[in-house]
Amino acid sequence: MTKRVGARRSTVALKALMAVSGLIMVGYLLLHMYGNLKVFSGQVAFDEYSHHLRTIGEPLLPESGLLWIIRVVLLAAIIAHVYSAVVLTVRDRKATRTGSGPRYKSKQNKRGFQRSYASFTLRWGGVIIFLFIIFHLLNLTTNDIAPGGASASPYERVLNTFGEWYMVLVYTIALLAVGFHLRHGVWAAGMTLGANTSVKARRNLNVLAYALSGIITIGFLIPPYAILFGWVG
Amino acid sequence: MKITVRVWRQANPSDEGKMVGYDLDDVSEHMSFLEMLDVLNERLTLEGEEPIAFDSDCREGICGMCGLVINGLAHGPERTTTCQLHMRSFKDGDVIDIEPWRSSSFPVVKDLVVDRGAFDRIIQAGGYISAPTGSAPEANNLPVPKENADHAFEAATCIGCGACVAACPNGSAMLFTAAKITHLGLLPQGQPERASRVLGMVEQHDHEGFGNCTNIGECTAACPKGIPLDTISRLNRDLLGALAKGKA
Ligand code: HEM
Ligand code: SF4
Ligand code: FES
Repeated sequence: MTKRVGARRSTVALKALMAVSGLIMVGYLLLHMYGNLKVFSGQVAFDEYSHHLRTIGEPLLPESGLLWIIRVVLLAAIIAHVYSAVVLTVRDRKATRTGSGPRYKSKQNKRGFQRSYASFTLRWGGVIIFLFIIFHLLNLTTNDIAPGGASASPYERVLNTFGEWYMVLVYTIALLAVGFHLRHGVWAAGMTLGANTSVKARRNLNVLAYALSGIITIGFLIPPYAILFGWVG
Repeated sequence: MKITVRVWRQANPSDEGKMVGYDLDDVSEHMSFLEMLDVLNERLTLEGEEPIAFDSDCREGICGMCGLVINGLAHGPERTTTCQLHMRSFKDGDVIDIEPWRSSSFPVVKDLVVDRGAFDRIIQAGGYISAPTGSAPEANNLPVPKENADHAFEAATCIGCGACVAACPNGSAMLFTAAKITHLGLLPQGQPERASRVLGMVEQHDHEGFGNCTNIGECTAACPKGIPLDTISRLNRDLLGALAKGKA
């Protein structure tokens, strides 16, 4: 038994919070991926884009106003996402912890009937992505981590970073984690928000999940590999 | 055929419990899984040992009383109830692990028997309709679209066995709860209590300590009645709708 709480604070409501915050981040990722592809337009275009992000809406908004709005929304989304994930995970562990040792002693069929790799890795994958975001901000936003040399130009930071093979490797691992996370996550968000109510809806949701995770993973990985192979600049 | 079974033995709720192995030399492939255990129990009784406690009633796959985790799978390798599983699903020489449903909301009573009273309390929290008594209304006054009738019937075949909880890596009882929500929510008689039903049942589900659904689908795969996963999406939709309308 756990404490009785109203439906507003139920597992289903928390899960809906996780779904909505996740979808906000997916929306941001699509925009971000689009922005990254501007490295192919050269230094001037890329740096102007970065500068433009900071001056959009002026004078209505202060400098970097829109950027800060996006940052606040993203920060709120991340906090909501991680909070609900942690609360629900703790609950799930409690619900399946019986006696000592593993839940089932049998060593057969550990993957059950049909559990997918993507659904298995959701929680640890999420942790990896979270750590990556911190690393990534220190790398390309603040430039405290600057392999290949620091620079005031965002374009040069990106080029310097991905001139190093091990940085490309780090980003590849992170984006594969993002891909797996979204393969299950997008489908799960659809389920949670009540969109899976027929066989056809289920197929569409699965197609959407594969498409979004594929587009985001590949779209983000194009610039690093292009830079590593010297096709940019 | 010859097989070895490793069975969870636990004398009472506070006993720690352990897996105990038994060899069976003469098992017919036509036996049902529970008959195999009956034969073993006869032997144990003759040898003066405590027979293995397990639940069953109808033994024809309709009451939902039986349920064992066999080789790590709820109701074993086939999509059916444990009582409808036969030894022909196994091979000579197999070692078969037999364990009870595992969920902190289904405490073990003895050996393979668990207390599933939590399901009854979820039903009491809204899994019904309040029908006025009196003479039955003219049936044709209440048309039900064929599609809704089919979906409602499909959901109504849930026998409350609890395999969904045993199979779910989160120990969630969402499939069971959602089967009731779908069954009643798709029929006209279920409409007046639709919001209070989902609010009450989800609240009770959580209060019982069941886990949260992460849309894995193991429940559906284990369910002997094939209750589809989209029932859970319907439950989510009903709950979010009820909250949005300020019914909580
Ligand atoms: C190859 C992949 C990626 C590249 C080349 C890249 C590049 C960049 C750059 C250049 C910035 C700084 C923007 C600026 O200061 O103008 C940035 C910021 C950011 N990126 Fe990425 N990024 C990549 C992948 C990702 C992924 C996978 C995520 C999320 C999981 C992510 C999340 C963020 C966030 C949250 C910011 C901070 C926005 C801010 O507040 O300034 N990025 N990225
Ligand atoms: S949903 Fe299926 S597995 Fe769960 S209690 Fe009902 S019949 Fe059993
Ligand atoms: S004993 Fe009734 S369903 Fe198995």
